[in-house]
Amino acid sequence: MKIYVPRDAAAKALGADEVAEAVAREAEARGMSLQIVRNGSRGMVWLEPLVEVEASGRRLAYGPVQASDVPALLDGTLDSLGAVEDIPFFARQTRLTFARVGLNDPHSLDDYKAHGGLAGLRRVLDMRGEAVIDELKASGLRGRGGAGFPAGIKWDTVRMAHADRKYIVCNADEGDSGTFADRMLMEGDPFCLIEGMVIAGVTVGATKGFVYLRSEYPDAIEVMTEAVELARAAGLLGDAVLGTGPAFDMEIRVGAGAYVCGEETSLLNSLEGKRGVVRAKPPLPALEGLFGKPTVVNNVLTLATVPVIFEKGAEHYASFGLGRSKGTMPIQIAGNVARGGLFETAFGMPLGELVNDVAGGTASGRPVKAVQVGGPLGAYMPTSKFDTPFGYEEFDGQGGLIGHAGVVVFDDSADMAGLARFAMEFCAVESCGKCTPCRIGAVRGVETIDRIAAGDAAAVPLLEDLCETMRDGSLCALGGFTPYPVLSALRGFPEEFGPARDAAE
Amino acid sequence: MTTQAAEPAPEALAEIIEAHTHLEGPLLPILHAMQEAFGFVPGTAVPVIAKALKLTRAEVHGVISFYHDFREAPAGRHTVKICRAEACQAVGGAALSEAVLSKLGIGWGETTPDGAVTVEPVYCLGLCACAPAAMVDGKVMGRADADRLTALAGEGAA
Ligand SMILES: Cc1cc2nc3c(=O)[nH]c(=O)nc-3n(C[C@H](O)[C@H](O)[C@H](O)COP(=O)(O)O)c2cc1C
Repeated sequence: MKIYVPRDAAAKALGADEVAEAVAREAEARGMSLQIVRNGSRGMVWLEPLVEVEASGRRLAYGPVQASDVPALLDGTLDSLGAVEDIPFFARQTRLTFARVGLNDPHSLDDYKAHGGLAGLRRVLDMRGEAVIDELKASGLRGRGGAGFPAGIKWDTVRMAHADRKYIVCNADEGDSGTFADRMLMEGDPFCLIEGMVIAGVTVGATKGFVYLRSEYPDAIEVMTEAVELARAAGLLGDAVLGTGPAFDMEIRVGAGAYVCGEETSLLNSLEGKRGVVRAKPPLPALEGLFGKPTVVNNVLTLATVPVIFEKGAEHYASFGLGRSKGTMPIQIAGNVARGGLFETAFGMPLGELVNDVAGGTASGRPVKAVQVGGPLGAYMPTSKFDTPFGYEEFDGQGGLIGHAGVVVFDDSADMAGLARFAMEFCAVESCGKCTPCRIGAVRGVETIDRIAAGDAAAVPLLEDLCETMRDGSLCALGGFTPYPVLSALRGFPEEFGPARDAAE
Repeated sequence: MTTQAAEPAPEALAEIIEAHTHLEGPLLPILHAMQEAFGFVPGTAVPVIAKALKLTRAEVHGVISFYHDFREAPAGRHTVKICRAEACQAVGGAALSEAVLSKLGIGWGETTPDGAVTVEPVYCLGLCACAPAAMVDGKVMGRADADRLTALAGEGAA
């Protein structure tokens, strides 16, 4: 008998470690022989800790399980949820990037290979670099960190650059509130990210990779660090990838609590040991990146999607999605929501279907007021925009962005003016300080919103002006996109911005 | 009465620096290791690091002060980090922080007078589907409540 108790941070935050200990203790007391596997999470956070029992060819789920439920679990008297694959939230998904997360022992390379792992890399090792790029372009894969830049074009720029040394940098800074897909992937299927980075390295001629992993994720740091050691011991990393390939090795580096270090040039400065100040572009990191060398900077999900593209072929991947948003997106549903978690699906699902149907509306049972999509720099989408299909261009057309695909749900008690103020405050706290529109603008933004709240009608156009300056004049999207949450809250919910608002209209 | 910062021995500083100089871009790993070893980055380390990495003291100090993680003085015996970001706000995160801070009688970044608990803000722990989220001495907590977060204060005082 095998018992799966997730070691995912969200499962642990809800008591998974205590459950795992109780299972071990109880099994020993009963003289039962069973194997405990600390897997990743299946992504249904409202059911965590979600425990699975595998016996006589079936794998049944239970959850949420508390330590006190363990005797009944082992007696076989606890109510089961059935197979995970049959739970509607899971059954509706198309899992490509997350195919293995929660299924496997994250540290078993044998499990990894048994479920399609390394098939992509083996194919790539037999291909010419140019052909790899062509296939990546054909897959339509766009950067999952937020900007949605085509991965194939970025890789090709680095591949064509001449240099004595090139780097692959994985952006695992995942600072956006409401996002946790990078974390879940790293904790649940670390070899997938490693394989994606090796494919990138082999393709562009880079020999060294770094994962810049935020310090707020101690569990992911632990899992990734061990996985890198295991990969090295197994020859997946080292002087000759899988015995015959070129050299590639990698290191895990830990961030230090600065949101702006998720911005790629700030991240590179941080890796170099400097203040995480944003660099002006050009030069592009692809040409002058880490230590001035050509560098691929990609998000965790971008890199972790590469293996399945080469395992199943670009056509398979591109057959999912909508318009220029090809493939699938691991969407994260969070905040005040009945069924929160990770939902990977082809691009194109309307926002309202995600929020109401898939996630079951709010946890409080009150009406949804707005959802913020794309992190602290994303717009608040009122329910009137719930028919917007989940896609890069589609959200852009509605004055929003999908960013890293975090969807944070708020019920009707949300204070929209307070959230707008928070967006400015956050920008002020996290600004790297290099450009004035962001550094000073955000501070003025807080003051201006306070003036509006105090009843000063003249401050409304001032706030709109200020947002325009920040949008057009900031060096990076921290200052540049803070106007999204602020203006979307102001325009979607003007009545909440103090008594002055009516007068100003 | 706050915990007195013990002056780390110069050999201890040198040992940590030595262990990292082979890395590309060793400064952040060194600072993390210092904080891990001493609970903060000692001021006496700044000139030593600067010399070893051929940087100015101002540069090293600039890096330490840029990042929220690095402390220049020790924290309390326990550290509680409470998420202030939007997903946690959507389920009462702000009220939770207020309750914890007022119960302990301190503000953000402060330590209780008995040195038991320091409370710090954090912007997202990636636990947004089981918010409000917190971290206590490095251990994650979902659907956090004020009682569980202040339990440590009692322990520390006992
Ligand atoms: C303030 C700010 C924070 C960002 N944070 C992240 C982050 O945490 N993770 C990430 O992958 N990209 C983040 N980005 C986007 C990166 O700058 C960059 O576009 C991305 O790493 C490129 O990888 P991709 O093409 O695979 O998306 C951020 C951008 C800004 C302006």
